[in-house]
Amino acid sequence: MHISLGVNGQPVDADVEPRMLLVHFLRDVAKLTGTQVGCDTTTCGTCTVLLDGMAVKSCGLFAVQVEGREITTIEGLAPHGNLNPVQEGFKICHALQCGFCTPGMILASVALLTANPDPTEDQVRWALSGNLCRCTGYANIVRAVQWAAEKMKKEPPAPTGMGAILASHASSQPPHVGRDGN
Amino acid sequence: MATEPRLIPGIGESLRRYEDDRFIRGQGTFVADVTLPRMTHMAVLRSPLARARIRSINASKAFTLPGVIVVITGELLARRNLAWMPTASGDVQSVLAVDEVRYQGQEVACVIAEDPYTAHDALQLLEVDYEPLPPLVDATEALSPEAPLVRADKPDNRCYEWEVGDAAATERAFAEAAHITTLDTYYPRCHPAPLECCACLADVDPSVGRARVYLTSQAPHAHRTVLAQLIGLPENRVQVISPDLGGAFGNKVPIYPGYVVAVVASFLLARPVRWVEDRTGNLLATGFARDYRMRGELALAADGRMLGLRVRLLSDHGAFFADVQPSKLKAGLFHVVTGSYDIPAAHIIATGVHTNKAPGGVAYRCSFRVTEAAFLIERLVTTAAVELGVDPADLRRRNFIRAEQFPYRTATGLLYDSGDYRMALDLALEKAGYAQLRKEQEQARKRGRLIGIGISSFTEVTGAGPSRDYDLMGIKMFDAAELAIGPTGKAILKLGVQSQGQGHETTFAQIVGHELGISPDDVAVHHGDTDNTPYGLGTFGSRSTPTGGAATAVVCRQLLDKAKKIAGYLLEVDVEDVGWEPGRFFVKGADEREITIQQVAAAAYVNPPEDMEPGLDAVSYYDPPQLSFPFGTYVVAVEVNPETGEWKVLKVVAVDDCGVRINPMIVDGQIMGGLTEGYAIAAMQRIDFDAQGASTAPTFEEYLVPSAWETPRFELHEMVTPCPHHPLGAKGVGEAPTVGSPAAFVNAVIDALSHLGVRNIDMPLTADRVWEAMEAARPRKEPAPAEEPLAGTP
Repeated sequence: MHISLGVNGQPVDADVEPRMLLVHFLRDVAKLTGTQVGCDTTTCGTCTVLLDGMAVKSCGLFAVQVEGREITTIEGLAPHGNLNPVQEGFKICHALQCGFCTPGMILASVALLTANPDPTEDQVRWALSGNLCRCTGYANIVRAVQWAAEKMKKEPPAPTGMGAILASHASSQPPHVGRDGN
Repeated sequence: MATEPRLIPGIGESLRRYEDDRFIRGQGTFVADVTLPRMTHMAVLRSPLARARIRSINASKAFTLPGVIVVITGELLARRNLAWMPTASGDVQSVLAVDEVRYQGQEVACVIAEDPYTAHDALQLLEVDYEPLPPLVDATEALSPEAPLVRADKPDNRCYEWEVGDAAATERAFAEAAHITTLDTYYPRCHPAPLECCACLADVDPSVGRARVYLTSQAPHAHRTVLAQLIGLPENRVQVISPDLGGAFGNKVPIYPGYVVAVVASFLLARPVRWVEDRTGNLLATGFARDYRMRGELALAADGRMLGLRVRLLSDHGAFFADVQPSKLKAGLFHVVTGSYDIPAAHIIATGVHTNKAPGGVAYRCSFRVTEAAFLIERLVTTAAVELGVDPADLRRRNFIRAEQFPYRTATGLLYDSGDYRMALDLALEKAGYAQLRKEQEQARKRGRLIGIGISSFTEVTGAGPSRDYDLMGIKMFDAAELAIGPTGKAILKLGVQSQGQGHETTFAQIVGHELGISPDDVAVHHGDTDNTPYGLGTFGSRSTPTGGAATAVVCRQLLDKAKKIAGYLLEVDVEDVGWEPGRFFVKGADEREITIQQVAAAAYVNPPEDMEPGLDAVSYYDPPQLSFPFGTYVVAVEVNPETGEWKVLKVVAVDDCGVRINPMIVDGQIMGGLTEGYAIAAMQRIDFDAQGASTAPTFEEYLVPSAWETPRFELHEMVTPCPHHPLGAKGVGEAPTVGSPAAFVNAVIDALSHLGVRNIDMPLTADRVWEAMEAARPRKEPAPAEEPLAGTP
């Protein structure tokens, strides 16, 4: 089937099998490997992306279901290298260790802060309860989200996705091969 | 090898992590992210049955699918003598089943196809004719003469028999005892379940006899050695690359059949083969831990002094002894079971058995069986306190090894290096407000509320290990660091250990920065690529800082020896007259005549002394002189719902002493993560097997990983007792909280119920089990008359 959608602010056209999961489309067709797969049951949340700004598990959607919609992956969150405050907060508050859950955790946090710019600790914990982390014990993740909320009160983040394109010319992340991720 | 610890400012900085810059941008590189030209995809067919004879496998229908390239079966491997492989524990393990499947989820065949969807489709078309056989599911039945045999080569289902300690002395201690406390407990089968499953991308070029294997590996060098021997390539033609790992916790120490088949398939096809395990495969067939049935008996004098400890273990290893243990220690380091206590006599007998379950016994976030040992002794001491009617904190205090007794030789032969157990306990009790908690508990009981306080004063073992006692498959358990400073003064450190989230790129850069007096920003840390790093045993058993960290400190000091000679040449004085402080050399007595380490590095390349080789580098293979023994006390308060058996955590106070902390932020992160895993094991993680040997927890829907919502809040406090034999005074830390905390949670729940007569509930303490224990302890009442409505019902 032919699909047209926006990925990180850029139009994408592709022919895909109707059964192809969105996460596989993003990783294998769009070559955006920041979105990870950690389970087979939509439990772990490592595949979380934004669908028109809403956090969704991309292993629970077919690619064809997002026809005409806008997807933001972790690669689209820092246009021109300007980190989203949540990304900054994760580093400053040591909210990640192995980094595998991090892209999904960050995107779920971004969606939370869009809906609720000043969440309490319990609200953060509840909003992120669909995203599992095996390393951190979550306390620093909660701190990171609240750190980002504080920062965003002072300066709103740079627009992402289509907004970023409109704001200025988009930069695309080249797909990377091999182990050098820097 | 032992050096005086040097407490130098600089170490101890909570530097933000260098590796985070890629992870927060989604630019980490995990094995499943790597793609290669002409890459193929592998899917694994697993046995649905725990025990069955394979009559035949018919793969012909699979080839009707366009895109299917080859189907690998055990028979095909057997023709190349690859259907079985040796394990790191001296046993053998099936790669693909040839005669019989021996556990649910066992690898039976693999399909290689042009894309992953096709490979998985083809699995449905493989026809395997199984003849079901009765499985052996229960470890306690394994030794019965009537038990089914798991393996023809193990005629009594016995994996091993292992004994340590002094049986006669322990017998005497028990004869003298005024009180004997006995605890039968089962540390259940659980799973490390890192969020990233196992994966392998094998790229073998048979024309030149070279293999490059991207692998989810905690021990890339050891895995290179094993893979080279398995596939018959010279080891120097095999490159293992373990890129970023999405957690591991012991799950990525063993070699799994999927790795081997991917490598063999790549060899046969002369194309890259990628295998990415799914979660169900991960939870069914890899990396099981624990599964220990334990009977502990503690002999006490009338005044509460501990006289002797006797332990009987029954360990379920599943069908193959495939976990990794030091070759001389079948039950690993379980003999740390005397814990933090001065117990003069101890005796342990361990029996390992085979059953029709997936191979088990990996060291999940602990050094080889330390978790089970710490759990047993801390539960046993609390049980003894309840039986004697004394405060569990007092009983611990009375029996601790005292600070002045270190180094201390335990009754089981371990040499503890350092500790101050009483101080850790007292600090934890103070921070938890223990006296106040006890008052609140008493008042709450009067109102029918069940509050419990649990203590665990654990001793952990890290840094395996000294080569006289510790080896894996014969390879000594040293670890290595190689350091070079280039002409511009920038350093490259190459390690034999491998990060899975511990932040090695930061911590080890800090060590180099600290030793050389340069910025950690100027230190690039390389690990995980066997072509580019010195041979080491890898990261598990909290050994990175004790071994690789020590190697890093030592290699810095070696490099400085040469740098000092160059400095003497440049400063035009004898080397004896050159002084050093981090960052600069100077002339003793004339401090203003100085030269920086960067200037010396430049000179090593552009202006070296005539009698010296150019360049500035060194390598160290560090053989730790001893194990190191972190310790701490955890205090947990819980409230149990008397109606439902549900319980919630009110407070967790953790005091950890892991020696000198190189990066306190990372240390605290490790502790919070470990406490969370300990809580999960104690509270919710349950893997049962039905009578047919089928797992009840094949996905994350059944095997519960706590989310941010369920995870308790932790209050952390630190103590620093420097390790006397580590060059930086550091011990390992990654695993102590998983080792120490399960007993604290269980002790707390039992404490809430002890006045009802409840003495033990086996983990996980799910609400149904707690409720059942309360019901069993509850005095029987006459049934209420049927016509009288129950209070509270509408």
